[in-house]
Amino acid sequence: MRMPLLALLAKEPAHGYELKSLLEQIFGEAYPTPNIGQIYVTLQRLERDGLVRSQDVVQTTRPNKRVYELTEAGREALVTWLDKASQGPRVRDDFFMKLTLSQLAGGTDRLGLINRQRRHYLAQMRSLSELAVNGTAPIPRLLIEGAMLHLQADLDWLQRCQEELV
Amino acid sequence: MIGTGESLLLRAIGLTKTFAGDGMPVRAVRGADLAVRPGEFVAITGPSGSGKSTLLHMLGGLERPTGGQIWLDGRRVDGLSQARWAVLRRTHIGFVFQFFNLVSNMTVADNVELAALMGGATRKEAAARRNDLLAELGLAAKADAAPARLSGGEQQRVALARAMANRPSLLLADEPTGNLDSAASQSVLRLLAQAHRGGQAILLVTHDLRVASAADRVISLFDGMVIDDAPVAAPHGPMPVREVIRLRG
Repeated sequence: MRMPLLALLAKEPAHGYELKSLLEQIFGEAYPTPNIGQIYVTLQRLERDGLVRSQDVVQTTRPNKRVYELTEAGREALVTWLDKASQGPRVRDDFFMKLTLSQLAGGTDRLGLINRQRRHYLAQMRSLSELAVNGTAPIPRLLIEGAMLHLQADLDWLQRCQEELV
Repeated sequence: MIGTGESLLLRAIGLTKTFAGDGMPVRAVRGADLAVRPGEFVAITGPSGSGKSTLLHMLGGLERPTGGQIWLDGRRVDGLSQARWAVLRRTHIGFVFQFFNLVSNMTVADNVELAALMGGATRKEAAARRNDLLAELGLAAKADAAPARLSGGEQQRVALARAMANRPSLLLADEPTGNLDSAASQSVLRLLAQAHRGGQAILLVTHDLRVASAADRVISLFDGMVIDDAPVAAPHGPMPVREVIRLRG
């Protein structure tokens, strides 16, 4: 949450509600938009860390609003984040732990575990495919496609687990 | 009990295929059981070498089983001669392959029309069916083109039109998106789903699980054996996107 907010503020100062609706606008339904409370908490922490500063803007007909802007330190933190390669999506995997440890626990057969997991992934894949055809904007669509490709990799990897362990 | 169940369009029982190799015989399919109901869309998936193409080829009469039975429309067909299989493919089965296999010196329209004629349609019926199918698959503007002038995705759509020209009770598809880019794959998949909604039974082999997930049911093959056979369904209705996609940051 911190970095997306800094990135939005890099363009121009904004208040909490503007940031929330900007996030919704950009990511559409593909991004779980944080509630306004989370946004304000994050903004406060960013301010405490010196990455943003704020001031109250007096409004006559409505309560004052607090407008946030990026500080120099905030801009540096943003650039550092943008320039750095990102972590891969998955290192540890809950399913793999189950697969590895199920035999210690006694009972469940590995092929059964793999088949159940495959069915689950296929169902997810189907949900994503249905979302993808519902003509969304480019940013959400790319996110959905990314999730599908990850899922495809998970399914391929399931096959490898099966080849090696079953 | 065996194979004659009225609600089954296709049934395979204990199907095996062993190829005589140079050294050891290769057991490509080792006792596969499966069934397809009328109007059902079933995908067979598995890693390369799992026997899925061999299985499909046996079910379409392109490969003779070493053992087991095949029932199509309540009729046992595994022992049919090549010639009788050819008739069955012209009248009951549509086939789509990975590499399209269109007749290169015929126009798009003629490729489709010929299949209808060979399936027993009159000239008038064949022409009407060709027009309907090309329009349905978005190919009307390409009717007079040679297949080679078309993109891979378009060629596969022609192959699909051809496969459906004889109104088959069963459409068999062997890696139909295997040679296509992502956008063309999606369009072929959409058309398959559309045909399925129109009542077409489809049995499709794919290693692409994105394609497989579009089916009603997925059969997983491994080492020539069926290891899973289950409907594809979200356990609790459609999944909200937010549960599927989690961004970090």
